[in-house]
Amino acid sequence: MNRKKDHEVTLTKEQLLNLLSTMLLIRNCEEQLVKSYARGDIPGGMHMYIGEEAVATGVCAHLKVDDAVFSTHRGHGHALAKGMKPERMIAEVMGKALGCCGGRGGSMHLFEPSVGFFGTSGIVGPSILLATGAGYKARLQGTECVGVAFFGDGASNNGAFHEGINMASAWSLPVVYVCENNLYATEVPLRTITKSPSVAERACGLGLPGVQVDGQDVLAVHKAAGEAIARARRGEGPTLIECLTYRYRPHAEGMRETGYRSAEEIEQWKTRDPINSFKERLLAMGPFDSQDLVALEQSARQTAEQAADFARKSPLPDPKTLTDFVFSEAQHA
Amino acid sequence: MREMTFTDAAREGLTEEMERDPLIFVVGEGIGARGGNFNTTVGLFERFGEWRLRDTPISERGFTGMCIGAAVLGAHPVVDFMFLDFELDALGDIINQASRLSWMSNGQVKVPLVLRGGVGIAATGPHHSSSLYSYFMHLPGLHVVVPVFPADAKGLLKTALRCNDPVIFLEHKKVMKIKGPVPEGELSIPFGKANVVRPGKDLTIVGISYMVVEALNAADELEKQGISVEIIDPRTLAPLDMATILESVSKTHRLLIVDEDFSPCGAGAEIAARVMEEGFYELDAPVRRLNGPFAPAPYSPPLEAGAVPNAQAIVRAVQMLQAE
Repeated sequence: MNRKKDHEVTLTKEQLLNLLSTMLLIRNCEEQLVKSYARGDIPGGMHMYIGEEAVATGVCAHLKVDDAVFSTHRGHGHALAKGMKPERMIAEVMGKALGCCGGRGGSMHLFEPSVGFFGTSGIVGPSILLATGAGYKARLQGTECVGVAFFGDGASNNGAFHEGINMASAWSLPVVYVCENNLYATEVPLRTITKSPSVAERACGLGLPGVQVDGQDVLAVHKAAGEAIARARRGEGPTLIECLTYRYRPHAEGMRETGYRSAEEIEQWKTRDPINSFKERLLAMGPFDSQDLVALEQSARQTAEQAADFARKSPLPDPKTLTDFVFSEAQHA
Repeated sequence: MREMTFTDAAREGLTEEMERDPLIFVVGEGIGARGGNFNTTVGLFERFGEWRLRDTPISERGFTGMCIGAAVLGAHPVVDFMFLDFELDALGDIINQASRLSWMSNGQVKVPLVLRGGVGIAATGPHHSSSLYSYFMHLPGLHVVVPVFPADAKGLLKTALRCNDPVIFLEHKKVMKIKGPVPEGELSIPFGKANVVRPGKDLTIVGISYMVVEALNAADELEKQGISVEIIDPRTLAPLDMATILESVSKTHRLLIVDEDFSPCGAGAEIAARVMEEGFYELDAPVRRLNGPFAPAPYSPPLEAGAVPNAQAIVRAVQMLQAE
């Protein structure tokens, strides 16, 4: 416990407020999207990140623009934490022309290479492999860039997990594997599909460090990620970080929320909300007063509202563009 | 002009491109110091080192996905699968990621990636003989390259290594040791340009991959019988050079497509449909296809002889089509 205390002390006031600010931005954008979905403004599906904000925030706070993040189907938070503009994210989820990909993919296909964000994904597992490749390329070229894979507990039982992490470990690639263990692979409890419920422990068999942290504690995530990223940059190889976290919303918006988890369980996790608990800690630490935090909350809410407003007003994409970029160059007749 | 084998020519092309572009690297099982199962990388490990000639675990999906990620970040990986059959373990990521990332990202992401593997029946049995050209032709975002001659192997591989999109590069096992002329110096062959490998006037044969060689053998026999066939090697199935095929059909008015791969939904089905749509009034007879049987690839020599169209079978098919 003292180590947590030490970590708080090493962060500047600005760093601490940035962590809160990012979590608030994610939460507020997600809430805007939930409302938009209820209004019928979202043509397809989306998987909300509400409850898991501390993970993306704590990891991405360490990353530079050139570091490459590969994300999941539940990836709005990763996109925002890596620097995608909220209006580009929300407009994409609404299927609009001014979305980050012109409305081509929606929630599960968000890309913003200019900030080092290489995509959410509708398939579980590939983020692990693609991030491994980002690490390989960095090593080949001799840069200090790292690849970061976000994935859920569901992906930990996919072959990509074993294959990708094994190679990164064998060749000491600069990659950080961040497992967001929210206890359910879609709606299947992890405990019912593996005898090895600790994802971090699997690192032992693959020859790399595996650490398990409280994914609702942004400082714990920040500390573990900082160590893993520094290790990767030093050329010492990959790290597997398992963040114990929880999603408050159903697997996807609009899905029923019965039969696999209890309302009591959800309420229990909400008592450990990553944003509320971090606010309490900041106030207890002293250099902040509640006015500082209220100002941050108002700013995040306003940013999210403006982003949603921008997205609603964005034009729709033109079907004439459907075959653009099938190839990156116009080679086919 | 100097003569080289298909494999030596392809390797020369790879070597030249690796000298040019330090971000080209090759992954595969035994492609390092060993030089590759089909000698695709002999001598390159000593020259370029382990980071550019990476021996991998037997994790086809894993190292393919890794290479997709490296390509997205600007490297130009070559995945050497040995056999196309092994590539199938990686098909999900080839389709869902490699072929779609450019489109999904609205052109913000490129995937310069070469996926190469041996195809065709050559005493190799059901798990080492797949051709499956049309699987890849069916997908937007992929180039499908099927070189037959050594110069094409070199020139098309060099083009693949300068292409910003994923390329499926399929090398028939029966052409790997065939020698042919290869010009000295720079050699680049564009995708989507078929080659008329033998001009003729009575009937057009489109041969896919090794079937070009069998068609050339058949042409000599047919010539003796007074039938002049024009043989087209498409060289790339995606993009497919329909203009050259249609031009030939407008001259001969008859078309036979010879493909060792399966007939249903195959490359020949696509070519036949396109000729029907774009060249119907040039035809004096139905387009015919000659394929192997609709069954997995066999091992035993008599079974193989029954499964793979040869020159005699092509002669018979041409005679029948000529009589229609």
